[in-house]
Amino acid sequence: MVVTLFVITFVASAALGVVYELTKGPIESAQVAKINDAIKSVVPPFDNNPSAEGYLVAYEKDSLRMYPAKKDGKLVGVAVETYTDKGFGGHIALIVGFLPDGTINDVAIISQHETPGLGDKMEKKKSNFTVQFMGKNPKNFKLMVRKDGGNVDAITASTISSRAFCDAVDRAYNAFMKGGKK
Amino acid sequence: MNVFKEIVRGVVKENPTFVLLLGMCPTLATTTSAINGMGMGLATLFVLAMSNMVISMVKDLIPAKVRIPSFIVIIASFVTMVDLSMAAYLPGLHAQLGIFIPLIVVNCIVLGRAEAYASKNGVFASFMDGVGVGLGFTLSLTLLGAVREMLGSKAVFGFKFASGDGMLIFVLAPGAFLALAYLMVLFNKMKRKYFSN
Amino acid sequence: MEYIIIIITAIFVNNVVLSQFLGICPFLGVSSKVETSLGMAGAVTFVMALANLVTYFVFNYILLPLHIGYMQTITFILVIAALVQMVEIILKKVAPALYQALGIFLPLITTNCAVLGIALLAIQKNYNLVESVVFSTATALGFGLALVIFAGLRENLELAEVPREMKGTPIALVTAGILAMAFMGFAGIVK
Repeated sequence: MVVTLFVITFVASAALGVVYELTKGPIESAQVAKINDAIKSVVPPFDNNPSAEGYLVAYEKDSLRMYPAKKDGKLVGVAVETYTDKGFGGHIALIVGFLPDGTINDVAIISQHETPGLGDKMEKKKSNFTVQFMGKNPKNFKLMVRKDGGNVDAITASTISSRAFCDAVDRAYNAFMKGGKK
Repeated sequence: MNVFKEIVRGVVKENPTFVLLLGMCPTLATTTSAINGMGMGLATLFVLAMSNMVISMVKDLIPAKVRIPSFIVIIASFVTMVDLSMAAYLPGLHAQLGIFIPLIVVNCIVLGRAEAYASKNGVFASFMDGVGVGLGFTLSLTLLGAVREMLGSKAVFGFKFASGDGMLIFVLAPGAFLALAYLMVLFNKMKRKYFSN
Repeated sequence: MEYIIIIITAIFVNNVVLSQFLGICPFLGVSSKVETSLGMAGAVTFVMALANLVTYFVFNYILLPLHIGYMQTITFILVIAALVQMVEIILKKVAPALYQALGIFLPLITTNCAVLGIALLAIQKNYNLVESVVFSTATALGFGLALVIFAGLRENLELAEVPREMKGTPIALVTAGILAMAFMGFAGIVK
């Protein structure tokens, strides 16, 4: 009786092991492709493989992953995976592309659960919210919404989402300036 | 055994969503768009057909006492296969469906069919039963997904037919309940009218 | 402080039934009477807390070290099935009245997607042992809350005039939808 269960579990595990081996490669490629697409969308053109050269930088209680983008051996930008938990719907994951001097090249959303029609306008295809960050250097562009004395124009009726977005970008900038390889 | 009749049974008379009220969790959660609903339905169809088939093949070898755990292991294996395959070849859809792919294993439809049908019938019949019920499930989910997508995002299968957002409530939690409620009423009305036999 | 946030989020903001769509089958099936709902909620809370505890160990001390993380689904559901069996046996001995009252719903906790779903989510969110158990207990409380509120609403619905076509499940679903809308109001209370 127990033997039957054992045999079934054994056969099932064996079959699964095979499927796992078969899909391991494609799964990893899909994940790498996803990161690469995200990196490509926020840093200037490069010819190296940033996802293979990723490194962690400790910042506050956490660590952020950074990917160097190089062209002809010279650093042209660094993509920083950042996040915030202060979103209206919780966790927001972003990737910020910095030029070596700390200027923001572009910002892309990796995941968000903000309110559709309001906070989710932070997505590029829904509004131009992220355009205002491009080319700005946080040294003289305060990463806070205007309501809090900063330079960022918040999304209409979505102050909390906008604030959370700024929090994530700010985290990325501080971590980059502290430990990013320039 | 009339294959066509079996399939119609799974789609209309014993439609898992609108008639049997089984598998509600994925129904409400993954139907934010027609493609998501269809993807979920097809993944479940695969598990239903394959596990029904295998369970029917080994039904005489399993002692009654370990029946349910054995079924669960077989079903869970196919679910994991679907999970891994989707992660490898359909990463976008896999990310959208998220946790509901492994949750196919506790979808009452799958275990229910295994208990009620596959453990008592032949291999081919069980396979077709899985296909029929799976098809019914897929059609319900695709329909619900399409309705929610049309009302909520002014799009269907990803093609926007008007700009801007629609009644966003439909792509959120409450909308799922509301859309399902009214679709259920319509479905049962149609069923009573055209399929009363 | 972190734990308070986990608790409030699990019960209200991301209510397991009304916003994550887990545990719908028992939600629609058991919730016609407030008493049964309370019994069900209690049993589910116990199983969920225990399931998260055990699956945490299984994942981190058995699956990961052996690099067989993909066996998650199979092992977790078997653990849950075994736990429910155990709860059944214990309940039969210790509280036979409750055991009788719950009837078929007790074994059905195994197929409650909330139990497996929350166990999987806790792993996904990388919770440690304490966070995982707090998370699952709070989630189960949210489940109980939704269940009891819904049962109360449905008991009142029995006395209302409902169009013939909508009697039973459709009107229950519409009610659930409105309740879900009400819970959406909790979004953003955690800052």
